[in-house]
Amino acid sequence: MKPASFDFLCPETLEEALAVLAEGGGEARVIAGGQSLVPMLNMRLARPALLVDIMRLEVLHRIETSGDEIVVGAGVRQAELEAWPSLLRDLPLLAAAFPWLGHVQTRARGTVCGSIAHADPSAELPLSLLTLGGAVSLRSRKQKRRVKANDFFIGMMATDLAEGEMIEAVHFPKARPGSGYAFREVGRRHGDFAIVACAAVADDSGLRLGIAGVDDRPRVFPLPALNDDQFDDAINDIAWSLNARDDIHASARYRRELVRSLGRETLKEASRCRA
Amino acid sequence: MPRMNAARKHPVDFTLNGRTVLAEAENRMLLSDLLRHELGLTGTHVGCEHGVCGACTVQIDGKPARACLTLAQQVRGSDVRTVEALSPDPAVLSPLQAAFRRHHGLQCGFCTPGILMSLDALLRERPGAGREDIREHLSGHLCRCTGYATIVEAALAAAEEQRKEEKPNA
Repeated sequence: MKPASFDFLCPETLEEALAVLAEGGGEARVIAGGQSLVPMLNMRLARPALLVDIMRLEVLHRIETSGDEIVVGAGVRQAELEAWPSLLRDLPLLAAAFPWLGHVQTRARGTVCGSIAHADPSAELPLSLLTLGGAVSLRSRKQKRRVKANDFFIGMMATDLAEGEMIEAVHFPKARPGSGYAFREVGRRHGDFAIVACAAVADDSGLRLGIAGVDDRPRVFPLPALNDDQFDDAINDIAWSLNARDDIHASARYRRELVRSLGRETLKEASRCRA
Repeated sequence: MPRMNAARKHPVDFTLNGRTVLAEAENRMLLSDLLRHELGLTGTHVGCEHGVCGACTVQIDGKPARACLTLAQQVRGSDVRTVEALSPDPAVLSPLQAAFRRHHGLQCGFCTPGILMSLDALLRERPGAGREDIREHLSGHLCRCTGYATIVEAALAAAEEQRKEEKPNA
């Protein structure tokens, strides 16, 4: 399948990119690694009139520590963050999620921010960002704004991104000593989109369980610290509160079962890592 | 940089298998189609065209990547390698290709070029790679003959040869 035709522009400065996006309105789309967008173009689920390629903008190519956050610019490929020397220390949840995230061949091209922008309800990066309580920096010609992940993902492949805006960076809270992190997933093939993926954080304030692949967007549930015989009830309530549906990959019932089993495992593993 | 019109072809310059190429492509043309239809390199196969099967895998700047998920215009200035580059001489197979033949890793051969390009990149990055690395790289490829076991064996044999070459006295 081939994309429909579109104009193409490869800006040399961020200002130029933002000006073009402002003019293009809803007809213009940013392309970075293209690993989510090109399949949409190939299947003609997306038919933008203009693609703006941001990969030559050096200013977007940065992984930085800023206070208690790791800031990942829109030009950073997934494989680059995966190979970042401080990943295991500063973003252990992402270190655990990366092996599940697409394949070596797509991580080499796809960007971190691109996956966040695509907002697939079963994707690992949106789930991780949400579970960690991260945020997204959005920029248009007129303004810059910072949106919490919880407000950014608004539905199935739908985000708070406005016309003329692009993601400039995402902000992942840095791991704190004494916190535990875990990630588990079940998919049809290793590296494919998750049927259900779970991410868990255990820290002083208790537990947080993030779940992708069940509802129309990733969901996160705060929980108090639990002892072993309290896990089942807590997760059962969560499984029923999600809007699980049947599709060609799995039934709603199977998804709830996965939420129970994967949820229990990830929460226990995160709690264990904390100790 | 001016806006490149959808209706026309535009120049794409990049390095292909060590040679400088100046091609022309519409904005919507995929790298897989540029390679096959414009440049005549039909070793890169096209399967699903949405990034699932891995048949179209080539190397871009040394990393395995889906040619069907890359627009031709995105590789301007990049270094692209296809399966045609593996062997310096059409009459001689590369060590990895020879191992595929010896271990029956080929079967119907449709998925083979993509798999070779992924494994070639792996062996260059991690000489003498082990079974887990090989399986991880293979997970991005669908072989409908289900020849995975022999493909893994072939890759392990190539990695072993590579290890011996690097340490001749070991």
